[in-house]
Amino acid sequence: MELLIFYPLALIVVVLAFLVVFNKSPIGSAVSLIGMMLGLAGVFVLLQAHFLAILQVIVYAGAIMVLFMFVIMLLNLKGDDKVWKVRERNVWLSSFTGVLMLGVLYKFIDITGGAEFNSPASVPENFGTAERVGTSLFTDFVLPFEVASILLLAAMVGAVVLAKSKVD
Amino acid sequence: MVPLSHYLILSATLFSIGVLGVLIRRNAIVVFMCVEIMLNAVNISLIAFDRYLNQHDGQIFSFMVMCVAAAEVSVGLAIVISLFRNKATVNLDELNLMKW
Amino acid sequence: MSFVNLAFLVPLFPLIGSIINGFFGLKIGKDRVSWVACTGPVLSFIVTLVLFAGTLFHTAGTPYPEQSLFTWISAGNFHVDFGFQIDPLSLVMMMVVTGVGSIIHIYSIGYMHEEYSYYRYFAYLNLFLFSMLLLVMGNNFLVMFIGWEGVGVCSYFLIGYYFEKKSACDAGVKAFVVNRVGDFAFLLGIFGIFKMFGTIDFTEVMLAAPTTLIYNSEAATLITLALFVGATGKSAQIPLYTWLPDAMEGPTPVSALIHAATMVTAGVYMVVRCSALFNLAPLTMMIIALVGGGTALFAATIGCTQWDIKRVLAYSTVSQIGYMFLACGVGAYTAAIFHLVTHAFFKACLFLGSGSVIHGMHHEQDIRKMGGLKDHFPITYVTFLVSTIAIAGIFPFSGFFSKDEILYHALMDGNVIYWGMGISGAFITAFYMFRLVFLTFHGPSNVDPHVHPHESPKVMTLPLIILAFLALTGGLLGIPLIHGWHILHNWLEPVLAFDLETALHASERMLAEHGHHTSFAEVLHKAQHTSHNIWLEITLMVFSVGVALAGIATAWFFYIKRPELPGKLVKGQWGFNLVENKYYVDELYDETIVKPIVKGSDMLWKQADVRGVDGAVNGVAWVISFLSKIASSFQSGFVRNYALIMVVGFIFLMIVSQMEF
Repeated sequence: MELLIFYPLALIVVVLAFLVVFNKSPIGSAVSLIGMMLGLAGVFVLLQAHFLAILQVIVYAGAIMVLFMFVIMLLNLKGDDKVWKVRERNVWLSSFTGVLMLGVLYKFIDITGGAEFNSPASVPENFGTAERVGTSLFTDFVLPFEVASILLLAAMVGAVVLAKSKVD
Repeated sequence: MVPLSHYLILSATLFSIGVLGVLIRRNAIVVFMCVEIMLNAVNISLIAFDRYLNQHDGQIFSFMVMCVAAAEVSVGLAIVISLFRNKATVNLDELNLMKW
Repeated sequence: MSFVNLAFLVPLFPLIGSIINGFFGLKIGKDRVSWVACTGPVLSFIVTLVLFAGTLFHTAGTPYPEQSLFTWISAGNFHVDFGFQIDPLSLVMMMVVTGVGSIIHIYSIGYMHEEYSYYRYFAYLNLFLFSMLLLVMGNNFLVMFIGWEGVGVCSYFLIGYYFEKKSACDAGVKAFVVNRVGDFAFLLGIFGIFKMFGTIDFTEVMLAAPTTLIYNSEAATLITLALFVGATGKSAQIPLYTWLPDAMEGPTPVSALIHAATMVTAGVYMVVRCSALFNLAPLTMMIIALVGGGTALFAATIGCTQWDIKRVLAYSTVSQIGYMFLACGVGAYTAAIFHLVTHAFFKACLFLGSGSVIHGMHHEQDIRKMGGLKDHFPITYVTFLVSTIAIAGIFPFSGFFSKDEILYHALMDGNVIYWGMGISGAFITAFYMFRLVFLTFHGPSNVDPHVHPHESPKVMTLPLIILAFLALTGGLLGIPLIHGWHILHNWLEPVLAFDLETALHASERMLAEHGHHTSFAEVLHKAQHTSHNIWLEITLMVFSVGVALAGIATAWFFYIKRPELPGKLVKGQWGFNLVENKYYVDELYDETIVKPIVKGSDMLWKQADVRGVDGAVNGVAWVISFLSKIASSFQSGFVRNYALIMVVGFIFLMIVSQMEF
């Protein structure tokens, strides 16, 4: 039953990802990316990670992508006329590398996979809820949490400094 | 029941697409977006494993990934803006001052 | 405290003089330079006399005193001291070197007076004296070799003293290179000695010789032959004599000191010092005698045809040293040393006399432009005449005694052929030496009218007088016939004594151990039964004086009585041209040895060095540069390329991590 939901969702996500890569205009890429993230939120829900699904929508699709849009519109970027007009040999090499990467990863999955993981383990009722995630976040992982806040502070300062116009 | 390998395949596919995008696109911002695709793919992988092993570590990790992604995007876009101020382009091919 | 502790002073004084003159000579002025330069050799001579006096009280039978300054090399089984040996043989040489050396130093003050690099000359001359003293005083082969090389180097410096003249530089190089060939052979000999004996100390080697080397074995013959080739290089015998005539490019006192009295006699000294070894190699002795006698005759013939006053004397030196080697070759070592001493006296006097003439004639050296000079150079003429009579071997001058002793031993201990070579050489010697005297001092004057010949100052004529006196009376050292009056022989006896019987018995024993049974009884019989016939000796003496007088008479006939005759007789004769051009030996060496070596070196330079070695070194640099260019093309400046490479690396790592090794 879940398979029925999973396959279309997965397909949409992959197609949108392709669209991000092969889109002429940056706005188009950005919009495809938002769609992809919403799709991924759905996948998270399938995995019973509700809190993270909401977080994905709010933070990723809501804040980060809006930031992207801001910058694209600020810089008033037109679309690239020739997205392929790169040093030609690079295109083939890059594509080949991408395919190779895919193959390697599939091989890994083959190795790590196996029949044990065919059905998920039983999980408690509150798996993936905000309560559950919050508890472990504030008890087991409080240090990374605090460090993350410092990281965000650093990022904020950095962004302000970098984007400031030169004051003489 | 969806086998774990399906989620992993999805994650791998998305990751490869992200890599492809980084290697092919010339526009700095689009490259950035492809990096976001890669990060998301990793997120899927983490959470899938989490679900199938009844752990909560992966979700915390994923939380951190999102946090870092946010920080990284803000700083990265600030860099792109100052680059644009200096050279009026975000075409990566034209930024080759590091050539020997 | 033993007197031998003073031994190190003898070479030290000239060394100090050389250093002072070399470094400060230009600043301290010519007078001080002369004083510094001459006190060194004179002080050495005084110390030598002290050592001589000390040796007179030496008890017979005990080994002679040695002074070892320090242990120089001590590597495993190889021990070499830096030491001096004061025995009669080295004392004779030391007295000749320091005595004649001092006289020549004093003479040089006058001769070199107008030179600019006055100090350089004296610095080198003192350095030469130092090296020569090391050579004769050393107590092992290595110290002797240091002196050997040192005199070669100083000879190069002094021959090339007038370095602005290309001919002088070439002559210096030629002397050094030809000497080097001999030195190489000498070194091989020393290596052989070390291999056979395990030591290179003179006393030890000579004591161990009879019981280590087998009589007439290949080892003995080869080692002694190698040593002899070294001696031919230093003493200018066939085949390594070509440097000596060219060495006349140097100042005349240099020719007197180095190429008459001291350096060229170093080879003779070495052979006599190693007499114990040579006595065990009869084949080498025969070769030595033949080479010595042959050179005596050969050089004498060339001397008849030369027109440069110094060249005649140079060939005369080669010839007289041939006599010394002839004496060594028949085993008459005392006779060789005796002739060495008397030759030092009269040859130095001859060279200094010729220097006086050259100096007075403002550096004219061609005897065809001289003549009738005896009125202008009275003192020089008398001393020159005295020395020439000495070299011709007329009784009672010193040359008679020494040369006659050589001829006597050549006949008695050798055979008629040796004696024949010697006596013919004596005839020709008398002839060409008196030719020189007559053409230079007698006869009509061919002097260039612009040249005003004048006698030399006292500082130059006084040494001439001293040397002429020694040439006159030197014969007292070795009066034959009367038993016990041969002073030199008695003095050198302990050093040169060799017990042939014991040596032969030891050799028979050593051969028997290896399974060969030979008997040296015939050799012993022949050595023990040489007759000593007093009437034969007197007859030979009278005969050799007669031959010398005949030579003088011939010269008188050709150059005084009928002076136009020589020119007519030899005009167009191919034999004369051959001899006048020194038998074309120089040209032969040039074609067969020098040119191929030069060509080979040239090719090695162009091909091996410039293309090969430089090419390899440059090539390495070029390869690195090329690889760097390739490597740096990775730094394209495109971020994307960097990302690509990172991804490729990552994939590679993933693959590698899964491979099963």
